[in-house]
Amino acid sequence: MSIINKTYSSFLTIFPIIILFISVLSNSIYNFTYDENYLSFNISYIIIFFWTLKRPKYFGYGFIFLAGILNDVIQNNPLGISSIEYLSICVLTGFVRTRIILQNLIYDWIFFLISILIVGSINYIILVYVFNIPIVYKSLILGLFATFLIYPIIAKILSWIDNIVQVSINDKKSK
Amino acid sequence: MGRDDFVISARSVFLNKSNRQKFSLLTLVLISILILCLEYFKAGPVNQIRMITKDIIIKSSYVVSVPFKSISKTYSLLTDHFNMYDEYEKLKLSEIKNKNLILENNFFKQENQRLKKLIDEKNLYYEEFYVTKVLLDQRSPYLRSLLINKGFKHGIKLGAAVRSNSYFIGKVVDSNYLTSRILLISDLNSKIPIIIEPGSVSAILSGTGNNEFGEIEYLPEKNNVEEGGIVYTSGSDGVISSGIPIGKIVLDNNQPKVDYFTDFTQINFVKVYYKK
Repeated sequence: MSIINKTYSSFLTIFPIIILFISVLSNSIYNFTYDENYLSFNISYIIIFFWTLKRPKYFGYGFIFLAGILNDVIQNNPLGISSIEYLSICVLTGFVRTRIILQNLIYDWIFFLISILIVGSINYIILVYVFNIPIVYKSLILGLFATFLIYPIIAKILSWIDNIVQVSINDKKSK
Repeated sequence: MGRDDFVISARSVFLNKSNRQKFSLLTLVLISILILCLEYFKAGPVNQIRMITKDIIIKSSYVVSVPFKSISKTYSLLTDHFNMYDEYEKLKLSEIKNKNLILENNFFKQENQRLKKLIDEKNLYYEEFYVTKVLLDQRSPYLRSLLINKGFKHGIKLGAAVRSNSYFIGKVVDSNYLTSRILLISDLNSKIPIIIEPGSVSAILSGTGNNEFGEIEYLPEKNNVEEGGIVYTSGSDGVISSGIPIGKIVLDNNQPKVDYFTDFTQINFVKVYYKK
């Protein structure tokens, strides 16, 4: 196998992590105002939920923790809060993996809603009650709802990426 | 789910590590909580490590966001191109007005300096400024802030005033070694002492999280605030100099609000004031 093919395969294996880090480091682009309400899609929630549910072996928890720290610095949150949020998603998807044999988009979508509501509550409790940082509750709920709505679209794109990664890994094994 | 099943699931989720996982979830959650607890240390080596980490992450984030920024810049460029003729017509009309205003302004400035000398008033405010690049424009439901390319190495201190063109946009709330964070006046946590002219009414401008309007608090019950009045910084906090324009008054259901002069989404460079 040539060096280019090897590099390409390695790149595809770490591709989910790269997507997560890009989404965290360029977070401000997913925000827009609609009718005086500020909507903020949290793409990181979707990426972590999707990959830890489908292919946890390509998604190291250490990287998720690190992504949380990066997000906190950029968002000016107390350091560690996003890591707790992201790892909470991993805990929840871990439970689902141990209980559910067959997965489909609708179940995943509903479970995603439950997960982000739990994570949103953790975020709200820590920011408001522990650190006394005021947040707009309406914006938080609207942001979570917007993230929930776009889940199927992003999940389809991520499934497509996942298929490419799987094909590449299978090719590598067969060679 | 039986109790035993739940315990087995919980153990599997929190403690098990697969081949590629170096740490268990429980370890990482505990580390996160520990880091969160360290937030209470605002000085000493913990704070220094935090500042260096922030500098590195902010600079990396700037590099990563360059392609995304260039897309939005191209879009703005195209829009500007299409609106060029209308803008030109508007500017032509306002140019005559501006010439008169500049002359008037120069006269008032000189008069003001003369009067200050007469009463022997010392200037307590920061007068030197850096024009600095905005590294990141952070907008989220809870935060309206900008990250800039100057830190305490350049003499930037907490509370320093920041302007975009001639308008006040916020103050420095976090100063790392090479970068700083500016809290915009539109942020929920922003409270700025203001004066409304005409009438010299003092009040506090409070951010709402909305980029277009700010709320006015602690207005006297009997006030003569009218639509179109101009809002300036009052300088009563002793850090931000007085008379920096912020916005104009608009009435919303007879409630005065501040319509900001600056479009916070279009800021690329800012002036940060510091004391030599």
